[in-house]
Amino acid sequence: MTEKFETHEHDVLIIGAGGAGLRAAVEALNQGASVGVVCKSLLGKAHTVMAEGGIAAAMGNVDAADDWKTHFRDTMRGGKLLNNWRMAQLHAQEAPNAVRELEQWGALFDRTDSGEIMQRAFGGHTFKRLCHVGDRTGLEIIRTLQDRGVQLGIDVYMECTVTRLLLDGGRIAGAFAYWREQGRFVVFKAKSIVIATGGVGKAWKVTSNSWEYTGDGMALAYEAGAELMDLEFVQFHPTGMVWPPGVQGILVTEAVRGEGGILRNKLGERFMEKYDPKKLELSTRDVVARSIYTEVREGRGTEHGGAYLDISHKPAEYVKRKLPGMYHQFKELADVDITKGPMEVGPTFHYTIGGIRVEAETGAATVPGLFAAGEAAAGMHGANRLGGNSLSDLLVFGRRAGLAAAAHAKKTSAPAIDSKQVEDAEREMLAPFEHRGGPNPYEIHRELQDTLQSLVGIFRNEEDLKRALAEIQRLKERAANVSVEGSRLFNPGWHLARDLKSMLTIAEAVTRCALERKESRGAHSRIDFPEYDPVWAKKNNIIIRDGAGMALRQRPVPEMPEELKQVLAEDK
Amino acid sequence: MAEAVLAVYRGDRESGKPVEYKVPLAPGMVVLDALHYIQGHLSPDLAVRWNCKAGRCGSCSAEVNGRPRLTCKTRMDSLPLESPITISPLRAFPVIKDLVTDVSWNYQVNKKIPAFTPRPGVQWKMFQKDVDRPQEFRKCIECFLCQNVCHVLRDHGKHAQYGGPRFFVRVAGLEMHPLDGVSRAKLLKEQLGLGFCNITKCCTEVCPESIHITDNAIIPLKERIVDKYYDPLFWIVRKITKTGGS
Repeated sequence: MTEKFETHEHDVLIIGAGGAGLRAAVEALNQGASVGVVCKSLLGKAHTVMAEGGIAAAMGNVDAADDWKTHFRDTMRGGKLLNNWRMAQLHAQEAPNAVRELEQWGALFDRTDSGEIMQRAFGGHTFKRLCHVGDRTGLEIIRTLQDRGVQLGIDVYMECTVTRLLLDGGRIAGAFAYWREQGRFVVFKAKSIVIATGGVGKAWKVTSNSWEYTGDGMALAYEAGAELMDLEFVQFHPTGMVWPPGVQGILVTEAVRGEGGILRNKLGERFMEKYDPKKLELSTRDVVARSIYTEVREGRGTEHGGAYLDISHKPAEYVKRKLPGMYHQFKELADVDITKGPMEVGPTFHYTIGGIRVEAETGAATVPGLFAAGEAAAGMHGANRLGGNSLSDLLVFGRRAGLAAAAHAKKTSAPAIDSKQVEDAEREMLAPFEHRGGPNPYEIHRELQDTLQSLVGIFRNEEDLKRALAEIQRLKERAANVSVEGSRLFNPGWHLARDLKSMLTIAEAVTRCALERKESRGAHSRIDFPEYDPVWAKKNNIIIRDGAGMALRQRPVPEMPEELKQVLAEDK
Repeated sequence: MAEAVLAVYRGDRESGKPVEYKVPLAPGMVVLDALHYIQGHLSPDLAVRWNCKAGRCGSCSAEVNGRPRLTCKTRMDSLPLESPITISPLRAFPVIKDLVTDVSWNYQVNKKIPAFTPRPGVQWKMFQKDVDRPQEFRKCIECFLCQNVCHVLRDHGKHAQYGGPRFFVRVAGLEMHPLDGVSRAKLLKEQLGLGFCNITKCCTEVCPESIHITDNAIIPLKERIVDKYYDPLFWIVRKITKTGGS
């Protein structure tokens, strides 16, 4: 039955070609596995390219006192202790080597006077820890990994979108996908699959995320029976552009504050003195985002509903050298010269902290043969992610997932493709062409974005979340009848019809988890439950498919060993 | 509300023509916003490549009123609105559909370039002044606007014998890496056809990252080829060693 479709076979199939996917691919190739990488866009355009400020690694090049224990402590405290401790530990221990590896593959980081990799300050990090290249660190990382992959002979299926994971019994057998260019379908046979598809930011209206960020990998894993975890935690970056409207949400890197940028309200008050007098602008992102939001809500916002972020007290040449992207972005898109005056900034959806539940060492999900790494996976960042910890997360856990996926493929027999699953997947993709007069996918997408923006934002309450859930349900029903115009040839409307399904699934999961967690912790703030709850401190929310419905349960947060508890208790 | 008219190329490999759309204007709007408006409200199957909408990924390249631009960085208020704004796909590559072109040739060229290869026993220490030059080349976001305006590709179609400015920039980044240990001069001369470039600087003019492609990448690479292949002293040395070896 599958002869009908173009078919490719690999030991390891990687979905997503950002930092995590490419790092996983490099490692699986190193193990001798046959590796295919499938990505929705062209190679090198994945979201990692937008990472700006830097990659966190306790190398101690600038502050010699830094070490993995301090990085571990910062990460756990930033995550309000909800993190998987083992992931936070591995991450802190392995990040420096992950950065050195990049350098050995050709990356060129900014340098210190003594010729080491330069490191800068960032929110929640005790020491100057972020290795960087001006404000385009992500570009350097993705290009380095891309070049390394090409050198090792990686097979990349560009502009190809996976719409379903195929199973053999309970284990991974492959994936069904379609080529954007011609709209043709393709079947991948694989013993292991690594999901590295990032988050779901495009379901919100004000976001720093690109069109690709529609929660696909999380939704694919969920459909295949994997557990999702901690989805109530989504990170609103404190500083996105707020004006003009066309650029709303575009990221303003935390490096502006790392380099000495100051936040003020319209009265000229340095308001972070009130919310976090010790760390000020370099408090954790959850705190800074809430502070800006509160200033605006209480009438002290700027003309366009944000806060002022000012770096103009630094020499103009310094600003242009360390923040060239920001300088040009504001000059070209907002007519603001940041060397002369302040930027207007406000919170923007930035990062999906929760995701697929994985084993710390291997990135293995709860479906045999399925792995996840990077933003698509959960656990590493707990209730709030520190800036700079995402790029290091991609490398550390991308490598581990690639290693484990290759090892799994080695010891596994070839799975069989079930033709019925393939037919179902094909039918699902073709349905929007058969519905006539159904709703337009763009219309539903706009309604979903408005709903989540207003009801599942920085501050939440039970009433809003219940309304959001009802609205998502209504949108799901409409999305089932969505119709598309035109042909299968490179058709973005058709593509969005499929992306909508993923966005709606993950939006529902986020909302259900947010409703369930009756406390405020990290990036999850409930107006009706504003305090920490010691009972919730010990629980992770889990989402799993239950027939056609979504089930929610809890798992205990893994208990930290005694020696790490001591590390955590040390006050530095 | 003020409006603009966009004449957007609609078609595929076989045929196509500009189609006009009326789009409402908003402050600070860019051309990509206008294209998204068309997708969202007027023609959901309009094919456009884009990712970051922040000038960082280089996906949304097109020709706006005949000028190669990133549509995410081209403000509507920078364009005359009296007549329709024409939006066409890049001309140096075959059209797939509407504004989307087949750029796969670039990825084939890239595969020919030997990766960074550290000199044996190298110390992993570099100073800022030594990395400043290659860092300029590594700013490239692969928007392919330089490829699109290069006469060798655009007008003469020498895709088979030539690499184009994007890949000269990439090679320059590797050749000028302070710790790299291999020479790509032969590749530049024989496979990437650097000699075809007659330094008209069209590539430099359109680079959204303001990389000095011609002055800082292409000309120094041309000098390396001259040194290696045409320097009389080197020529004699090569001749002698060749004779001695046979």
